[in-house]
Amino acid sequence: MMKEHRLLSFVIAAVALLLLPLLLQPFGNAWVRIVDMALLYVLLALGLNIVVGYAGLLDLGYVAFFAVGGYMFALLASPHLAEAFPLIAAAFPNGLHLPIWAVIPLAALLAAVFGVLLGAPTLKLRGDYLAIVTLGFGEIIRVFLNNLDRPINLTNGPKGISQIDGISFFGVSLNRSLEVGPITINSVSLYYYLFLALVVVSVIICHRLEQSRIGRAWMAIREDEIAAKAMGINTRNLKLLAFGMGATFGGVSGAMFAAFQGFVSPESFSLMESVMIVAMVVLGGIGHLPGVILGALLLAALPEVLRHVAGPLQAMTGGRLDAAILRQLLIALAMIGIMLMRPRGLWPAPEHGQSLAQRQGGA
Amino acid sequence: MEVLLQQIINGLVLGSMYALIALGYTMVYGIINLINFAHGEVLMVGALTSWTIIIWMQESMSGTPGWLILLIALLIACVVCAALNFAIEKVAYRPLRNSPKLAPLITAIGMSILLQTLAMMIWKPNYKSYPTLLPSAPIELGGAVITVTQVCILAVTAISLALLMFIVNHTRLGRAMRATAENPRVAALMGVKPDTVISATFIIGAVLAAIAGVMYASNYGTAQHTMGFLPGLKAFTAAVFGGIGNLQGAVIGGILLGLIESIGAGYIGPLTGGFLGSHYVDIFAFMVLIVVLTLRPSGLLGERVADRA
Repeated sequence: MMKEHRLLSFVIAAVALLLLPLLLQPFGNAWVRIVDMALLYVLLALGLNIVVGYAGLLDLGYVAFFAVGGYMFALLASPHLAEAFPLIAAAFPNGLHLPIWAVIPLAALLAAVFGVLLGAPTLKLRGDYLAIVTLGFGEIIRVFLNNLDRPINLTNGPKGISQIDGISFFGVSLNRSLEVGPITINSVSLYYYLFLALVVVSVIICHRLEQSRIGRAWMAIREDEIAAKAMGINTRNLKLLAFGMGATFGGVSGAMFAAFQGFVSPESFSLMESVMIVAMVVLGGIGHLPGVILGALLLAALPEVLRHVAGPLQAMTGGRLDAAILRQLLIALAMIGIMLMRPRGLWPAPEHGQSLAQRQGGA
Repeated sequence: MEVLLQQIINGLVLGSMYALIALGYTMVYGIINLINFAHGEVLMVGALTSWTIIIWMQESMSGTPGWLILLIALLIACVVCAALNFAIEKVAYRPLRNSPKLAPLITAIGMSILLQTLAMMIWKPNYKSYPTLLPSAPIELGGAVITVTQVCILAVTAISLALLMFIVNHTRLGRAMRATAENPRVAALMGVKPDTVISATFIIGAVLAAIAGVMYASNYGTAQHTMGFLPGLKAFTAAVFGGIGNLQGAVIGGILLGLIESIGAGYIGPLTGGFLGSHYVDIFAFMVLIVVLTLRPSGLLGERVADRA
């Protein structure tokens, strides 16, 4: 009986998720775009959750990996490098347009390497020392992106890189709308399905990780590093693994972001973004997958939705409360309010002791 | 040589501002183990409040001498910031004192965004030019120059530090603060009221931040609602650099960071053959921090605390 109910609600949820963009499409692509971005943030939050939630390492520079992935994709799939370097222009007269099957793994790999690079010198640090070093790392990456347009023009500086290729699978480009029988699926909706698939895969990966030996080791490190070490856990390798895994998620989302927007600039990778991703993880319920997803959706989508309906409010206050201000105000109030009312997050993981008791009671 | 001397003077001025801000971070951290992300915003509110007062006084009492206007504005800014920080602690941090460690961090970040947004609504987002109230003629000093404002910054920093050291080391309140930082529960058993001590810490931190904010605005001549962010971040770096929770460490960290930044900005171009220019100045702080923490994981003067979960 219970099992059937669960299956039914699962099917309903799946169908609703699949139909969502088609239902939103008629109201304008902007709405689907909001959902797309929210899904990207879910991906980022899931990645950060591995580092902060499972391993308990507070990373305030997570956006650096997002940036690395984004720029990797941008450089390898846009005319920029060919324009900047005659050597590459000679080899690829139409500009560098590597297929996604090469670019996305490369972006993930590079981000993972950066993750381990950041992790290695910070292994001995704990808590807030780690937070400030990761924060600094994020800023270092951003400043380099901003300034590496001279003496050699690698990142095109503050102007960013544009004309990035979209993603195409087996000849189907996601940048053009697709006709399936009587239905037209817009480009934004195609990206929705791609991102949704990625989120589903990531959730499965995270869920499996959580239950695996590695996941349990991470949580042991989070709870008490010394005790974990005494139990024979190789804390060094596992911490590096957490950084690397988290960074890989960031890198892949960065590549997706670059392909989706067709444009990247250092502005998209500010410290504020890192802070927002941390806020998503903590507000939702740190270390608990449904909570993290809820937090990401809430912080990413709600302010955007409210921005669209903010017109009347703006008129009421004589233009003083414009959309951007309203968005910031809402985010700030939500962060403070939710934390004050629910310090463990909106949808926290069940308490250790309790879950054990429940399991024993159920068995 | 003159260039070096000039950069040292600039570095000391910058560093003394960082030191004042870093003290606010480190005192709060020492007592309740919280990174007070909103601290930079308190500085911004201090600077903008003093700007409003100065503009108003210049209009309505045009005969008043510049230094008096600045002094009055500074005092009012201190009071406003103290009240603000007191309220922030009461509303956003106190209810979460026994919550998971990340909860107050998130409210602190939320407060920071909230204050910036409110400041943008109150003061409008444009850059405001901060009037020069002290004589602007530079003083020659062995080939380098220093302005009266900068001399005042150094003097005020020295006075504030001396006062702070006196409060912390020689008064009843200071003893209570040190005791609470050491062990809040035992301190409470000995009759120290932790809430009062924590409020006092936030108020002292806010006054230091307000002083630093007025200095920052008068040194650079502008004020804006985002001005608190970068100095706040760097001062926090300075606090960690010196060993967070340690007052002397914060001062040394701040001054060293100022010196490194300004000397680095002057010399990095020639040293790297023009590859890295002075626009990389904002990341020196972090580069140095990463190196220092790799070698000394608890900062320059930080105690090597036993590992606790």
